[in-house]
Amino acid sequence: MLSVEHLKKSYPHSGGSLEVLRDISFTVEAGEFVTIVGPSGAGKTTLLRCLAGLLPRSGGSVTLTTSGRVVDSPPPEIACVFQDYSRSLMPWSKVGRNVEIPLKNKIRERGKRHEQVERALREVDLDGFADSYPWQLSGGMQQRVAIARALAYRPEFLIMDEPFASVDAQTRADLEDLILRVRHDAGLTIVLVTHDIDEAVYLGDRVVVMSGRPTTVVDTVTVDLPRPRSQIATKALPRFAELRTEVLKLITRDGAEVTA
Amino acid sequence: MSVMATTGRRWYAKPAGVIVSMVVPVAAVLLWWFASLDSTSPFFPSLQAILSAFQETWLFTRVGSDVVPSLGRMLAGYGIAVVVGVGLGILFGRFPLLHRAFNPALQFCRALPATALVPVSIVLMGIGTAPKVALIAFVTVFPVMLNTIDGVRAVDEVLEDVSRSFRLTRLQRVFHVQLPAAAPQIVSGMRIALSVSFVLMVVTELVAATDGIGYVTLQAQQSFQVPQMWAGMLLLGILGVLFNGAFVLLERRLLRWYSHD
Repeated sequence: MLSVEHLKKSYPHSGGSLEVLRDISFTVEAGEFVTIVGPSGAGKTTLLRCLAGLLPRSGGSVTLTTSGRVVDSPPPEIACVFQDYSRSLMPWSKVGRNVEIPLKNKIRERGKRHEQVERALREVDLDGFADSYPWQLSGGMQQRVAIARALAYRPEFLIMDEPFASVDAQTRADLEDLILRVRHDAGLTIVLVTHDIDEAVYLGDRVVVMSGRPTTVVDTVTVDLPRPRSQIATKALPRFAELRTEVLKLITRDGAEVTA
Repeated sequence: MSVMATTGRRWYAKPAGVIVSMVVPVAAVLLWWFASLDSTSPFFPSLQAILSAFQETWLFTRVGSDVVPSLGRMLAGYGIAVVVGVGLGILFGRFPLLHRAFNPALQFCRALPATALVPVSIVLMGIGTAPKVALIAFVTVFPVMLNTIDGVRAVDEVLEDVSRSFRLTRLQRVFHVQLPAAAPQIVSGMRIALSVSFVLMVVTELVAATDGIGYVTLQAQQSFQVPQMWAGMLLLGILGVLFNGAFVLLERRLLRWYSHD
């Protein structure tokens, strides 16, 4: 379980300080899929970087409760998928290598490492592309490489920062379903940040709604939609529309701009 | 789902382009040949005379005695500069405080005109191979190092996040992320260093030398063997073009990912 308590983050800013995260608290249970939705500029990326141990906090705590570890630096239990696949993959390395490099410290034996790379590529339907370069692939495929890299790392927690924001609508729907599938297969705990309310509701077990900057948690909405979810059937449910409206109201009540 | 074909442009893929690019050199050589055919000027001998001097001197009498030592010194100096320059560049690029501390001294050394250092190198190290190699290395280390610093500093912050979040070790980050990310800048520094080292190869052979292409060419001039002098120019021009070509091939190999579009 991941527990976030009174997380604060300010940046030094022209003499004073810029308060980005004012007070963020929520928990993520083992096996849960939590989506975090908020208006543009709500410090979503800042929040995820704090969760992943990439950015020092100004206050509060982030704890992995199973190990009791306080996240001050990137922990081995967490893998990240970043928004911009074109920047998060290494263009000078082939796809297989991109997936393999993070495993070097985890799996010393080369053969086993390659097996794990192949398995991860299979999980995202990219078998046969290990020897391609990322830039030879389409955007959706590149983001699948980034997902495979995170999966191969065998983390407990997968943290995703708007992972589908840079692809077209159809690819986005495909990638959403891919994540639901691998999450089911691997039993992952996922935290996904998005500005897209539909996506937050469609994917999540719970939606954490954030305010505009300085950011607080407005409310948490439990998504009681049946699984497995489907782009067509789930989104056609009256309950989906209700939840969507509920989240939308929470965001607009806060008076911030909505980009959904 | 589209997999783009990777079609590199090759020189033989465009025979028409090759022919076009051959027109001027061939015309120049023909013009030179015929215009100088009856030359009686001691300073501008006929191309025929230059070519026969070339054949006499460089094919292959003086290859072992002069060309090999020249190129050996140049490549040794250049090699040292690349290794040291990339190493220091990574160090300074990753530790800005260290760079700040050393930068004034580095700027001073870099500003020294290379040619002015020739007498210094002779005083310090004598007239053998060592001062020449050292001078070439000392001067050409700067373009490599400064470009490496810039390249290493400009590594995308997302990739920095990626390598930290996947807990790559310092060394893994250097070899898998920082070095390849900086490769385009490093290679352009290496390109500058290569042409500078070629110049320095000749310059170091004009003073206190006993062999080398520059030495032979200078000797030819001083003993009024003007065709030999021109033959030296011809050889240097050809070598320069060959080095450049070899470098382009290396660059294509190293930076395939960078120049794919």
